[in-house]
Amino acid sequence: MSTNARQEAETRETTIEADPNLPIIRIIRDFDAPREKVFRAWIEPELVAQWLGPKSSEMRIDEWNARTGGNYRYAAVKNGEEVAAFYGSFHEVRPNERLVQTFTWEGMPDGVSLETMTFEDLGDGRTRTIGLSLVENLEARDAIMASGMDVGVNEGYEKLDALLAHN
Amino acid sequence: MSEDRLSRVFAALADPTRRDIVARLAVGDATVSQLAAPYNVSIQAVSKHLKVLEDAGLVSRSQDAQRRPRHLEAEVFDMMTAWIERYRRQAEERYRRLDAVLAAMDDDSEPTTNKGATS
Repeated sequence: MSTNARQEAETRETTIEADPNLPIIRIIRDFDAPREKVFRAWIEPELVAQWLGPKSSEMRIDEWNARTGGNYRYAAVKNGEEVAAFYGSFHEVRPNERLVQTFTWEGMPDGVSLETMTFEDLGDGRTRTIGLSLVENLEARDAIMASGMDVGVNEGYEKLDALLAHN
Repeated sequence: MSEDRLSRVFAALADPTRRDIVARLAVGDATVSQLAAPYNVSIQAVSKHLKVLEDAGLVSRSQDAQRRPRHLEAEVFDMMTAWIERYRRQAEERYRRLDAVLAAMDDDSEPTTNKGATS
C-alpha cells in the first residue's frame, strides 16, 4: 500500500505526450486527493476559478454549467482588461469518471478542440487525471503548443533558453 | 542550433503579434498585406515584425518577386521539444494550484463510496 503510494508520488509531475503523427495532446497528472474531490474541483465554478486559466488571480468565469449539454466561458483578465477568452460546451459530464468538452479560443473562432478528461481512482485516496485534446490538424496542434509561450514568457523563457543551451 | 540562434528565436517569439504571425504561417505562406489584414497596424509595422522573424531564421521570403509571400521555415518545428516543455510547465503550474485547492477543500460532501482504512 505505502510502497505503491511512494512509486506513484514519483510520477506526480505532469506528463505531456504529443504524438508526432496525430493531432493530439495528452496531459497526465496524479493528485493526492480522492476522485470525487478532484472531480468537484473541475465542475464547481468557484473552485475552478482558483486554478484553471493562465493565472488564478486573473481568471474570470462568465459561465460554468458543468452538466451534460451545458456551456462555459472564461477569460484571462489583465489590469481589468480581457486579454483572452475561451468557451465551449460540456458534451458529457459523467460524475467522477469523465468530462468531455469542446474548447475554442475566441481569438481563433474557427478552431475547436475536443477535450476528454478521464479521472482514475488510484486507491489510497489518490487520483490520476488524463486529459486528451484532439485538434483539427498537426499545424493547429503545434500552434497551440507554441501558444504555451504566451504566458509568463518574460520570466520563463530566459531560464528555458539557458536550459536548452546546455542540452 | 547555436545558443545565439536560439536566443534570437526566443526573442522573436516573445512578442504576441509575432507568435500569431508564426501560427498563421504554419497554416500556409502569406504576403505581407495578407498578414497585416487582421491587425490594427500598418504594413510597415508588420514588415518590421517579419524582419525580426527573418533574422531569427523562422521566416523566409519566396522568389516570387511580385508578391513575395512569406514562408515559415520547417526548422521552427525542431523547437517542438522546447514548446512541449513550456506547455508542460504551464500545465504543471495550473495543476499545482489545483493541488492547493484540493488541500484546502472541505470534505463537506463526503463521498458515499468506501472510505476504506486510512492507515
